[in-house]
Amino acid sequence: MIKVLHTGFFSTIQDWGRTGYRNKGVPVSGVMDRYSAAMANALLENEETDALLEITMTGPVLTFDAPTFIAFTGADLPATLNDNPIEAYHVHKVNTGDTLSFGKFRSGFRCYLAIKGGFLSEKVLGSRSFYRPITAENRIKAGMELPFRTYENFTPKITTIKAASLFEETELDVQPGPEYEILSEKQQKELLGSEFTIAKENNRMAYQLTQNLDAHSVNMLTSATLPGTVQLTPSGKIIILMCDGQTTGGYPRILQLSQRAISILSQKKFGDSIAFRLY
Amino acid sequence: MNPYAISVKPFGEEAVLIEWPNRVEEAILKDILEFNKYLQEKLPGSGRWEQVPAYNSLTLINNKEGIDFEDMKKKLLGWYTEKKAVDPAPRYLWTLPVCYTPEYGEDLKEVADLLDYSVEELIAEHTAHNYTVYGIGFLPGFMYLGGIPKALETPRRSTPRLKVPSGSVGLAGKQTGIYPQESPGGWNIIGNCPIPIFDVTKNPPSFVSVGDKIRFYSITQGEYDLRKIEGEVGIYKPEKELLDD
Repeated sequence: MIKVLHTGFFSTIQDWGRTGYRNKGVPVSGVMDRYSAAMANALLENEETDALLEITMTGPVLTFDAPTFIAFTGADLPATLNDNPIEAYHVHKVNTGDTLSFGKFRSGFRCYLAIKGGFLSEKVLGSRSFYRPITAENRIKAGMELPFRTYENFTPKITTIKAASLFEETELDVQPGPEYEILSEKQQKELLGSEFTIAKENNRMAYQLTQNLDAHSVNMLTSATLPGTVQLTPSGKIIILMCDGQTTGGYPRILQLSQRAISILSQKKFGDSIAFRLY
Repeated sequence: MNPYAISVKPFGEEAVLIEWPNRVEEAILKDILEFNKYLQEKLPGSGRWEQVPAYNSLTLINNKEGIDFEDMKKKLLGWYTEKKAVDPAPRYLWTLPVCYTPEYGEDLKEVADLLDYSVEELIAEHTAHNYTVYGIGFLPGFMYLGGIPKALETPRRSTPRLKVPSGSVGLAGKQTGIYPQESPGGWNIIGNCPIPIFDVTKNPPSFVSVGDKIRFYSITQGEYDLRKIEGEVGIYKPEKELLDD
């Protein structure tokens, strides 16, 4: 088990998501930045879809009761193993009784801690991803124990990969959404030609933007939404649905982010800039 | 015979959206569900697709690989044309118990006054109709119900509540429904349904499907307590009836 000593700001167990229940209204969940998460799992030669700890802003303090191997990627957080600084994008051996501590983020927003064999917390509806009320918890808490498999030995094929430069990107690749056509020429121009800033309201469900487009009065019937769907509310507010986002919505879907754009956006925080680019 | 002109639109890298005419209509929903069933046999590779019907649309999501949109559009239009009378998936009328008391229905009295009903008349009206499930979303297991009579239309609360208890039955605009989990909400709450509408220990976690119908019936506090316990220990079986229209 890994015991959580301190929680940090907000950390959750996430795998590739909970698919197959969207027709019952269950969000997909899963890692926000698949690009970074996949690298952490790859270093440990895990399945791409194995569960990791998604750490937002400031990290937790964890102790291990058995040996294993870890790697972390994504947002740049200072980390120490028994008070010795350790590098991101690198495989580390952890011994029984070791303490792993993460500090406060320096760049990016979400860090991924992978463990050899993946985190083995409970699967609900086919996934280990935290999402209340599907799972009992919506974040790790102090005193919580996270199961994993013991590994005494592991010789990785590669021990280090180069850190991703994805976080410096500010352009999000998008396709026109199903209701793109309802936008006026002016709205289209502003949407694709302006820089936007991330609003305070940003989390695993959705990212809101600070700047609005013109208001509209288009009524539509509720229809499916996806992670990466950009909605326009009647008042002109732009909402980008993310991994924990609702599965249906009644606002026009004006753009759809690519999977890569979702990863880039997942590393943005309040005040950061983005722009949309058709591809 | 396919009476509708459908359109097929791209929806990102992993999904395709099929749309029917922009109306809330039983016949359209039935046609969507028939095609949905037909596609279960036609779409290549089982388990790779999720199919989400709602009102006048059907969204197909491929979780494993991208979609060649032009190719998929051609296939979908072809399948829609060749689809004859498929046996639609069975649809059910679910009869759900609701305790309509001021304790569970905080806004019961206010709504009755607003609609110019006595509380008894309001309960009689709410339990007198079959409501069609046009979609499931917003929250896990949340049903978008249609078929609400004009006499029950009420404005949303001007200030949403931060916490609406799980099982709350509400009215808002042309909609009625049940909050499957505790959540914030702006609907007028008139009662509470004691049985779990969404249960992760069951597969599927929600017994209701789009196209089913819901009818409510009024229960006493005593029956509420009994159903609540049955629900919690997982022995409650919701009453259902096969719809054969």
